[in-house]
Amino acid sequence: MAEGDPPRDDLDCRRRHNSFAMTLVLLLAQVDAPTAAEKFANATASGLALGAIYALLALGLVMIYKATQVLNFAHGAVAALGAYFAAYFVVTVNFPGRYIDWAPQTVQWALSVLFALALTAVVGYVVERVTIQPMIGEPLFAVVMITIALDIIIRTITNDLIGQATRPLGSPWGTDVVDFGLFSMAKTEIATIVVTIVTLILVALFYRTRVGVAMRATAFDQEASMAQGINAARIFALAWVIGAALAALGGIFSSLFPRSGGVAVDRTAFFVFGALPAVVIGGLDSITGAVLGGFIVGLAEVYAGVYLTAETWPLLGLGFSRIFPYLVMMAVLLVRPYGLFGTEEIRRV
Amino acid sequence: MRGRPLLYTSYEDEQALLPTWTKRIAVAVLLVFLVILIPFQLVPGFRFLGEGDWMTLLGLVAIFAIGALGLHILTGLGGQVSLGQAFFMGVGAYTAAALGGPSGKALLGLGLPMWVWLPAAGLVAAFVGVLVAPTAVRVRGIYLAIVTLGLVFVGQWLWINWVSLTGGSQSGRRFPNFEFRLWGEEGDPIVDLTADSVWFGVDVSGEVKTYLFLIVLLIVFAVVAKNIQRTRSGRAFMAIRDRDVAAEVMGVAEARNKALAFAISSFYAGVCGALWGSFIGLLIPESFSLFLSIQFLAILLIGGVGTVTGTLLGATFVTLLPRLVRDFTELLGDTAQGDGLFAGIADIFVSTGLDDFGLISTLPGTSPGFTVFQFNLILYGVLLIVFLVFEPLGLYGIWIRIKNYWRSWPFSY
Repeated sequence: MAEGDPPRDDLDCRRRHNSFAMTLVLLLAQVDAPTAAEKFANATASGLALGAIYALLALGLVMIYKATQVLNFAHGAVAALGAYFAAYFVVTVNFPGRYIDWAPQTVQWALSVLFALALTAVVGYVVERVTIQPMIGEPLFAVVMITIALDIIIRTITNDLIGQATRPLGSPWGTDVVDFGLFSMAKTEIATIVVTIVTLILVALFYRTRVGVAMRATAFDQEASMAQGINAARIFALAWVIGAALAALGGIFSSLFPRSGGVAVDRTAFFVFGALPAVVIGGLDSITGAVLGGFIVGLAEVYAGVYLTAETWPLLGLGFSRIFPYLVMMAVLLVRPYGLFGTEEIRRV
Repeated sequence: MRGRPLLYTSYEDEQALLPTWTKRIAVAVLLVFLVILIPFQLVPGFRFLGEGDWMTLLGLVAIFAIGALGLHILTGLGGQVSLGQAFFMGVGAYTAAALGGPSGKALLGLGLPMWVWLPAAGLVAAFVGVLVAPTAVRVRGIYLAIVTLGLVFVGQWLWINWVSLTGGSQSGRRFPNFEFRLWGEEGDPIVDLTADSVWFGVDVSGEVKTYLFLIVLLIVFAVVAKNIQRTRSGRAFMAIRDRDVAAEVMGVAEARNKALAFAISSFYAGVCGALWGSFIGLLIPESFSLFLSIQFLAILLIGGVGTVTGTLLGATFVTLLPRLVRDFTELLGDTAQGDGLFAGIADIFVSTGLDDFGLISTLPGTSPGFTVFQFNLILYGVLLIVFLVFEPLGLYGIWIRIKNYWRSWPFSY
């Protein structure tokens, strides 16, 4: 608040007239150089938006992990594929927008996105059936490698589909910015936060439905749930279907971040490397943890990007904000090896 | 008792490196083949392997095999899934560069001879491994995989920003040459492994000399790895892998042994990184990426987890695969240009023109289909999945199956 605070002798009556002019000058100066408070508010706003993206991606990861005990390293590739599908539906074929051109643009866009999510969910289903289902009961190492191999395959195919340039996503919000006085946010960022909150509510509601309860039961004790007549294989497939759809949603919004953008596989898939520390900080099998971890990582990354820059801390160099979440994660793991909300594994001989 | 398979009358016999005469002879033949017959082009039909580019490729196999042996000790024996191999390779490579690089230039370099920088690369990497161990030992399973993944990112950030050591992003630096000197940088080295020369009246090219040096190193490292497996520590690693709590109950110090496995594995990775840097000559910081780590895990899996033989097989297969695919694509492309049945079949797989359909494109960017590079990646992923689903023991498992088939031949069981 060094610049924003009125000088102490402004309180002096003799100089009140002067102080008014000074405040005006300071107010005008704010437009150019943001004050510390504004800097912080802006960082917090975009940190929350980034955190929302991480939370979306982390949600999909945790959903799959909870049900199947598999951490999906292909999540980033699936996210990029989903974003590509969205770009294809919105821009390339304009489906279903071309049949409902009377509807507002946001609605058209949302419908295209829904179709993209459905298509990605189908991909998730096929992938689970072909590669994950035969691996149930195999050691962790093997299943992790399967998802890494899937990542390589899906990533390469998506790369080929997208081609050289970035694919625009035709977002209805464009580069519009809403000014809140102290800080400003892109409409895309607001949309991201809103979508994340809605998704969270939907997921919470899903866990209360019959199928959702079955999924929780399977996650809690697979054998007991099978004895109760729950088809565990179908629950696994369902977890992957929902996980893939959530990945696609995360992929679409991470492609749009921070202002309007487009799909490029490496850029879109890279966001998952931010979501990984998020799920670990939160605990791999906790939905609450994933969301909280997502926001922690998003804020940590943006704060590090704003305050721990090369100008103020020359030793940190470039790109420190990218690895800062991992350092936070390692610190958390030193204290709590299963994350903040993760269930501790009970080890028996 | 001699000649009965799987019958051992003493513990020493069972634990022997080469328990049967068949194995001893097979290994001896293989060694003669690798060290003499291939590099000096003495086997008809395999002469092409002794030529420059194939020698380079086989040298690369040896380097990756050393790194994979390190991961074998940590993951195959110790059961700790690590994605951090690329980070430790980076530590080793840049230690070698700092110690062995030319002195007095813009980049860090002390100009020390190879017998200093090569062991130092391993030792420094092992030391860093020990530093990391406290965090790594506390977490298990998938959490460890993510922590080591974080290491790779931290490493990338460090290498990109430490310009005076690494040369900086996208420009990189040169690594010390393969040459033996006692001390100092002036004059000719005692043995220069990269220049052509005449040994005992035989012409030896630089590639062959480098290959011989690397293959000898590989043999040493493989024997050491195999022996580690047979020591108390090796058995402790395996006990921890199979059931960590049970191992602890039996008196295996879990944290200490995990840290030891990390240190040994990092030593191998460090040496591998130093060799790789010198072998390629110039590396950019981005080389030590996550994909490199994944490649090592793939080597273990395709070869067969938990066996030295499998690791060596896997390293050979994974390193040679891109070259084989490339050659095969060229062959298909040439065949597709001709006439007849084979041309038709080949044409299905390659697309040679703008409107030609095909899986692999011989004209990148213009025709449909994947480029050879993309196809390699996909094939890589598909192979991993196929191996994991159908043959969890990898190439080694296939070898065991063939062996068992012939052992009981002509009966099928």
